[in-house]
Amino acid sequence: MADDSRAFNAASFYEYLKEGQLMGVHCRACDKLSAEPRSMCPSCHSRDVEWHRFSGQGQLGTFTCISVVPDVMARQGYGRNNPYCSGIVMLEEGPRISAKILGVDAANPQDIPTGMALAADFDEVDPEAPALAFRPV
Amino acid sequence: MAATIKKRQLGREVSIVGAGMSQFGAFKGKTSRDLFVEAFQDMNEHLDQGVDVEDIECGYIGNYSSDLFEGQGHTAPIMADWLGMTPAPVTRIENACASSGSAMREGIMAIASGLYDIVLVGGVEKMTDLPTEGVTDVLASAADGLYEVPAGLTFPGIYGALAKAHMDRFETNLSHLLKVGIKNHNNGALNPKAQFNTTIRGMMERRIARSEQRGEPVPDWKDEMDFLNDPSANPWIAWPLRLYDCAPITDGAACVLLVASEIADSFTDKPVQVVGTGQATGRPLHDAEELTSLSAAKYAAAQAYQMAGIGPQDIQVAEVHDCFTIAEIIATEDLGFFAPGEGPHAVDQGRTALNGDRPINTSGGLKAKGHPVGASGVAQIIEVFHQLRGEAGDRQLPNSNLEVGLAHNVGGTGGTCVVNILRRS
Repeated sequence: MADDSRAFNAASFYEYLKEGQLMGVHCRACDKLSAEPRSMCPSCHSRDVEWHRFSGQGQLGTFTCISVVPDVMARQGYGRNNPYCSGIVMLEEGPRISAKILGVDAANPQDIPTGMALAADFDEVDPEAPALAFRPV
Repeated sequence: MAATIKKRQLGREVSIVGAGMSQFGAFKGKTSRDLFVEAFQDMNEHLDQGVDVEDIECGYIGNYSSDLFEGQGHTAPIMADWLGMTPAPVTRIENACASSGSAMREGIMAIASGLYDIVLVGGVEKMTDLPTEGVTDVLASAADGLYEVPAGLTFPGIYGALAKAHMDRFETNLSHLLKVGIKNHNNGALNPKAQFNTTIRGMMERRIARSEQRGEPVPDWKDEMDFLNDPSANPWIAWPLRLYDCAPITDGAACVLLVASEIADSFTDKPVQVVGTGQATGRPLHDAEELTSLSAAKYAAAQAYQMAGIGPQDIQVAEVHDCFTIAEIIATEDLGFFAPGEGPHAVDQGRTALNGDRPINTSGGLKAKGHPVGASGVAQIIEVFHQLRGEAGDRQLPNSNLEVGLAHNVGGTGGTCVVNILRRS
């Protein structure tokens, strides 16, 4: 399924993202999954890891809607009058990951339900600055 | 908690004999070295017997990012030069906002090891040369640049997500957060070194007076909660956190003199002993053990309590890392002062106020005293030192049997936590 010649690092993670895949690693020694590719398992310290393709399905664990934004988001038009949502997604396979949350009304965060089903959105991955994003199913 | 905590002890006793800090605030034209000299002079003026700079054998200086804030790397030797301390060895310690809490531990261990008897520990940060957006980017670099920052998360953003998780799991609400800020500003109003030496009501009244003077429409805020709920006065930063939920951007420095306890009486009649110290690390929020606490704080606290042979019930005064209001609530739970979910109720009931049974952040905390990130850890130690010695001025706790205090210093969103426990000798 996966090209195991790719290095287990962030460059590969974002390369896969641009190809429409959410790829992390599976530890063959202890069976733990990590959403961030690593060459050494943080649980059992084994180096016997392999690529694991995540389904991209998950739930919104927690989130924030950001109004004072970093430069990179300001250039995309976000700011005090146009906040954006970022959150922690609990992947259906277990691990959590940080991601942008699209398709929600970030100006009305009280109406965004944690626990809602989300799916990874690969359509809007910016090739220059790839970032993981999810939206409500 | 997964890991078992091994009981450790220091090789010999270590005491704090002197403490000083610069004014905290925004000081155009002052650089790190000016602030650090100011802190050192404040310490030496208040050190009963004084100290000759030549007698200081070593130094550890917490500094997060003079590189990005001021374009100046290799900070520690410059501080040493400006104190006339060369050639004594000095080392910069960087652990984000826990830099000087970590420096404190290095100083403690340097003396406990037997290598040195007299060690200077300090911290410094000059932040206000950059605009707010620039500071936001520098602080975000304490988060995971590969997996948190690309998701749009900022430093307030990650604490906002923690706050939301706490609100989902417990009865925590927006008012609880605001009440932490009101309480800490009430304390900061009694601290002449604080960046905001005023209550939130005082700030509200000043804004009303300014509107009246200028002939502008006068806001009709009924009280400070009304003021804090007005988005024009208290805008959102990272929902559910607003401006008054965030510690300010601050210039400042702080330092303490540590010595082997056996020679403490040649410096002061009132040394304060380090009886417990702990430090632990944690993972980014998405990989954290829980979304409602910082595991590093629990491990660091367990180590410090073990070493001191006491528990949370024995702590009479505590400075905790309130970089955001939610951070104080979570800290009081992680330290075992309150059960998980009880932190917000304790704030509501006034238990953490100056006259409460669990006074927290008597200095005004990072929120009101100010948060020059690399200096905050030592500034917390200084407040506990003053409280235990009965020198905290108008904010001195009334308890005349004050003996034991704690400082809790967090780097990033729990990547680092340092807990130190002090006892009046």
